[in-house]
Amino acid sequence: MQLRRLPTGVVWALGALPLALLVWDTLAGVLGIDPVRDIEHRLGRTAVYFLVASLCVTPLLRLARVNLMKFRRPLGLLAASYAGLHLLAWVVLDMGLRWEQALKDIARRPYLTIGMAALAILLILAATSSNAAIRRLGAHRWGAIHRLVYLAAPLALFHWLLAHKIWPAKPLLILGAVAILLALRLIWALSRRMRVAT
Amino acid sequence: AAGPALGASGFSTDEAPNSFHEITNYNNFYEFGFGKTDPARYAGGLTTDPWSVEIGGLVDRPGNYSVADLAPDNAVEERIYRLRCVEAWSMVIPWLGVPLAQVLERVGVQPGAKFVEFETLLRPEEMPAQRGRSLDWPYREGLRLDEAMHPLTILATGLYGKPLPNQNGAPIRLVVPWKYGFKSIKSIVRITLTDTQPVSTWQAMQPGEYGFYANVNPKVDHPRWSQATERRIGAGLLGGRQDTLMFNGYGEQVASLYAGMDLARDY
Repeated sequence: MQLRRLPTGVVWALGALPLALLVWDTLAGVLGIDPVRDIEHRLGRTAVYFLVASLCVTPLLRLARVNLMKFRRPLGLLAASYAGLHLLAWVVLDMGLRWEQALKDIARRPYLTIGMAALAILLILAATSSNAAIRRLGAHRWGAIHRLVYLAAPLALFHWLLAHKIWPAKPLLILGAVAILLALRLIWALSRRMRVAT
Repeated sequence: AAGPALGASGFSTDEAPNSFHEITNYNNFYEFGFGKTDPARYAGGLTTDPWSVEIGGLVDRPGNYSVADLAPDNAVEERIYRLRCVEAWSMVIPWLGVPLAQVLERVGVQPGAKFVEFETLLRPEEMPAQRGRSLDWPYREGLRLDEAMHPLTILATGLYGKPLPNQNGAPIRLVVPWKYGFKSIKSIVRITLTDTQPVSTWQAMQPGEYGFYANVNPKVDHPRWSQATERRIGAGLLGGRQDTLMFNGYGEQVASLYAGMDLARDY
């Protein structure tokens, strides 16, 4: 595959597109009747898409021999960035900076608690995403920390699902995809352990 | 606390109404899909003429009534009401309609009647989401008789001086301004007077989240989100939130209906 010859800047440029489109739509006034909701939800959805994309990198390599490994870090950082913007939109635009209610709601509302937990994980992973962090933590410990993404992804999807009154199809489908992506890891981990044991 | 002032008719708020465009392009009508823009997109194909509403149960004159029977042009009046959705957004809507009490008095409510049950049209050919099983169709709602007879409770047939658009519940819908929007059932085909408390669709589906009364109450949160504040649609990007008022600001008119009740239990 020639894909890995592409500089990671291409991923960053593509990753900035959803934000650029959102800013464009906001300024052009074409967001819809409730622009606050649209901004907030688009940022949240985009974060999930990048998160799921980052989880696809290893299976693509192992199952399809497509090596996108060098894009995994920018994909994860994009997910964390959009999740951070999603929180910012919620606090500033949706909650109108009512900090007291915002903090109380995060503590008391399961879908918000879960969403915050997912975001906290993504921010920790983003903060430790540099080569320097890998050296500082040691590859083993760094790997253990970054496996928290397997928790963040389902948490983000539950956050999405629980915000609704009914079961919406799209996040259910993505949750199914995440379940498959995580199941692959489980299978690989188990078979590795069995190989080691024999 | 007293609600905001009511305008000239004694029933309408003097707050600025949302635009016709906002009211008709942002709402829930799950029969047409679960997105806020689905009703506007998919309700165009709904046949609303001919239409009849079957009124039955404990009434003196049961039968099928046309929209013109129930809400004749000369009886229709404008009511500008706040609408508070259970999802914590709100609007101000200039409805046209008739007091439900007038309709019920005309069909003759029998002494044994204690509740009113309402049912929405079931027509999957024209209501695409009814082909799925997201809700237990047809949509049902209910009111206690004194709530139904309250002068604020109307059957609406219009909006902004025009006939009700399909996406907003044409040709005839309920509007109960002190309750969450989902109580105000749309496109009504059946009204039944009964002596037993009806079970509404949302109540049957999620009894821990939606009660029979569904009165707007900032102190009783939805289990998954706060009801203390709301976002007014149309307030703009930095419009922020406003405090939600008890009974959506209609406490002066309706609080007495619930005297002595524990509204945290009967939510």
